[in-house]
Amino acid sequence: MESSIFRFILRHSVRQQIVLTLMTLASFPFLYASLDLPKRIVNEAIAGKKLPESFLGFHLDQVTYLFVLCGLFLTLVLVNGAFKYVINTYKGRLGERMLRRLRYELYVRVLRFPLPRFRKMSSGEIIPMITAEVEPLGGFIGDAIAIPVFQGGTLLVYIAFIFVQDPVLGAAAVSLYPFQGWLIPRLQRKVNQLGKQRVRAMRQIADRIGETVSGIQEVHTHNTASWHLADLSHRLGDVYRIRFEIYQRKFFVKFLNNFINQLTPFFFYSIGGYLVIHGQLSFGALVAVLAAYKDLAAPWKELLDWYQQKEDNRIKYEQVVEQFHVPDLLAERLLREEEDVPFTGSLSFHNVGFGEDGGSPILEGVTCDIPLDSHTALIGVGSGRDELAQLAARVLLPSSGQIRLGEHDYAELPESVTGRRAAYVGAAPYLFSASLYDNLVYGLRHRPLRENGESPNDASGEAAERRKSRMAESVLSGNATDDVHADWIDYAAAGCDGPEDLKARILRVVTMVSLQDDVYGMGLNRTVDPERRPDVAARVLEARDAMRAMMLNNPELGRLVERFDPDRYAVNATLAENLLFGTPVGPIFQTDALASNPYMLHVLDKVGLTDTILETGHKVAETMVELFAGLPPGHEFFERFSFIGFAELPEYQAILARTAKEGLDALRPEERTRLMTLPFKLIGARHRLGLMTPELEKKLLQARHLFASDLPADLKHAVAFFDPDAYNAAASIQDNILFGKMVYGQAQVQSKVGRIVAELVDQLHLRDTIVEVGLEHPVGVAGSRLSAAQRQKAALARALLKRPDLLVLSEATSGLDTSSQSKVHSAILGERKGCGLVWVLQRAGLARAFERVIVMKDGRIAEHGRFDELNRPGTLLHELVSAE
Amino acid sequence: MSIAEEVNCLRRIPLFANIDTSKLKLLAFTSERLSFRSGDILFEQDEMGTCAYILLRGEAEVIITGPGGPLAVATLGSNEIVGEIAILCDVPRTATVRASTDLEALCVPKDHFLQMIADFPQMGLEIMRSLAHRLEQTTVRLREVLAAQAP
Repeated sequence: MESSIFRFILRHSVRQQIVLTLMTLASFPFLYASLDLPKRIVNEAIAGKKLPESFLGFHLDQVTYLFVLCGLFLTLVLVNGAFKYVINTYKGRLGERMLRRLRYELYVRVLRFPLPRFRKMSSGEIIPMITAEVEPLGGFIGDAIAIPVFQGGTLLVYIAFIFVQDPVLGAAAVSLYPFQGWLIPRLQRKVNQLGKQRVRAMRQIADRIGETVSGIQEVHTHNTASWHLADLSHRLGDVYRIRFEIYQRKFFVKFLNNFINQLTPFFFYSIGGYLVIHGQLSFGALVAVLAAYKDLAAPWKELLDWYQQKEDNRIKYEQVVEQFHVPDLLAERLLREEEDVPFTGSLSFHNVGFGEDGGSPILEGVTCDIPLDSHTALIGVGSGRDELAQLAARVLLPSSGQIRLGEHDYAELPESVTGRRAAYVGAAPYLFSASLYDNLVYGLRHRPLRENGESPNDASGEAAERRKSRMAESVLSGNATDDVHADWIDYAAAGCDGPEDLKARILRVVTMVSLQDDVYGMGLNRTVDPERRPDVAARVLEARDAMRAMMLNNPELGRLVERFDPDRYAVNATLAENLLFGTPVGPIFQTDALASNPYMLHVLDKVGLTDTILETGHKVAETMVELFAGLPPGHEFFERFSFIGFAELPEYQAILARTAKEGLDALRPEERTRLMTLPFKLIGARHRLGLMTPELEKKLLQARHLFASDLPADLKHAVAFFDPDAYNAAASIQDNILFGKMVYGQAQVQSKVGRIVAELVDQLHLRDTIVEVGLEHPVGVAGSRLSAAQRQKAALARALLKRPDLLVLSEATSGLDTSSQSKVHSAILGERKGCGLVWVLQRAGLARAFERVIVMKDGRIAEHGRFDELNRPGTLLHELVSAE
Repeated sequence: MSIAEEVNCLRRIPLFANIDTSKLKLLAFTSERLSFRSGDILFEQDEMGTCAYILLRGEAEVIITGPGGPLAVATLGSNEIVGEIAILCDVPRTATVRASTDLEALCVPKDHFLQMIADFPQMGLEIMRSLAHRLEQTTVRLREVLAAQAP
């Protein structure tokens, strides 16, 4: 990567810079003409002096001449505008392309960083460098050559003009330029240094903020917010100080420039004037030189400004790029080259060492063979086990010694070999913020293999055109041209012949790592769009029917689940659900919004329920105030049980006090709304407040029917009705199967119903479908919506799915509970029979099931061999096993 | 049964005798009301407890599983509280409790229960009284058993 911004600019945009300069130069005569023309209009056409006899062979009178000149003026304005427009667009585009290239190259570097580098460099530092810090460079790149050429040229022309007029005064006019040229860079140098400091300080702030976000739990656990605030305040203070000093110096440089620029006219006026008075210089010559000097000032100022800007951008560029100049960057070919070297025989370590610069070595003198067709356990004490595992998977590169795969140097194999034929799973694997499915097939996405499924249909159309121009643009910016929307999944690598086959294989792998129950649970709680997946919706409806049949046969079930019945009030659902008899879609019919929803109010009015709801709301408010008013703020009961938050209590108390005196009729409309909001949350069976009377329920049923029959067309999309024969797209699969509510007050109702649903699902062979839906579950940022154990299982599944020749696991099941741990262990050992497997084990006893054992002690191999050979008194293995 | 009736029921329990109606109402409102069929298990011996039960209606048996197999040691009726030991001292359930008739109970979660005791010292006193009473009964039983074993 180019170490200076000019080298970068010249290397990647020399042609464009020439075009830009030529365009700028070409624009100059027109610009000059447009400046000159007004003078002629005023002096010649309007004042009527020096009227030409004829213009382009035509005879003109004064007025016509005026209009011709004005027309010319307008044309020039247009031409200048057009030049400006074209040049600016060109500059802008060039700047953006160069910026894109720069960012892309920096990102490539990030991918090529050796892993230990990331222990010293945080994402908090890297991200602002690639995003914000390089941003201003784009604007500068367009100006980098054109401005100095253009303004410098102008300046030279003017200087030449002055010299032709009078060499002495010419020399006087430029006499201070050398001094300025010497002084300004010296002053600027200090500003540059401050600029560097500022960048560093800002980076540290970014890093600190990143740390605060990652460690927010610790901040709150240890009450260290003040410490962090003080730290940030201190750092912001540093930045303030630096910036203030930069301003002072920058404006001082400006001041000095202006002063020196005015010093020259001072000499002209004083010395030149003196000479004119004494008749040694003609008056005309002095005026001409003064005018020319005035013209000099503009380009000279532009040049100096450009210089400051250039320095600023040069430093920004260097500051960023130097961070990405890492000596042991991975060779680019390792990432790019396509090769295929089968993993056979064994991986031989020859005197391999690993350590970080300056630190004590973590691994030393490791010499061993890891067979690629059998299982090796790695156990021991002290450092080095995980590093050895990572070396075996080529996640790390050895700092000394050599690892050989047959005749190949393992460190020299491109990632197209090691990243496909080996897989590593550590104790804290990373999941990307996408669906679980995307995370599982992540290990199969090496290259775009097939065009996107939808593109063939409109290959001739607009989409193809757009894609082509995108690709062309990528080429122009030196970016990757692989289509991110193509199908990247390498089915063959997973041993499958297509998407359907892959799904089946994923289900098997998910079962292998004991993740199927979790995924099943996720699937039950997901919604499915019945238009996209009519098959799933149809099968879920089957399950709903089967559930109903089961409930008819077994009255015990009726005690656990209350089915939705259009003609019965569901006591286990909220009043709002009973009224809507459906699930709200979007904000319009959300429970909290119902009391102010005009249509809902209209329905309540029509069945004569408005007053009842208001009175019920009043009673609820009374009860809530009575129950919760004595509790301290922030008490968990508010969140869990109260219909009224702590902050709202005083308002409700005021409302209640008013109604006690003046009655419900005296309430203001917004107070009525407040009270009426409350009853919608009532669940008869749960809240037991004695407010749900049979008459009220009857009225509510009327309202329910009216709500559905009168619903205007524009609100139809805002609610998904409970229809016994239709799939409810807004409700989860489980709710669609139950088509009802779990009954409150039944012991262990959740697990009992869960078991019943599971039985049903198995009877109807629906489990795979639900698991498949569950695979669409988004795992959240860094997998945060999964538990640690689920993340580990998902990472294991991801590694198993790509069927690596060598699978390396390092305490990859540490988060699992003991019983699933042993299940997963034996499943993996079975799956990997006859294939390469290296496993760093927490418990030495587990090594019994492995063909070979490597026992490490403080970064060295202590013992190496078969388990039963090594397991005799006096060995480290024996000691470890008996300690368990 | 509404909250009002539950409060009446709670009133009759000595443990809650001296506590404000509004607080009892809060306790009832924040506790889950559970129904059990005859034969259902409220909780099993040796599992960790998360709540205490106040029996509102029906009866339950206390069963201890010892070396000699399960043994019913007591019968509880309405207005009695059971399962508070496990949540007071964070020990596993000391016995199994099984509904011997259809049963209605209020399930008071551990944190609410402890909060109530902290808020109302009389309740703590009542619990001490009832535990001491049970200890005394147990001692009497032990003495009887020992006397029966004595030659």
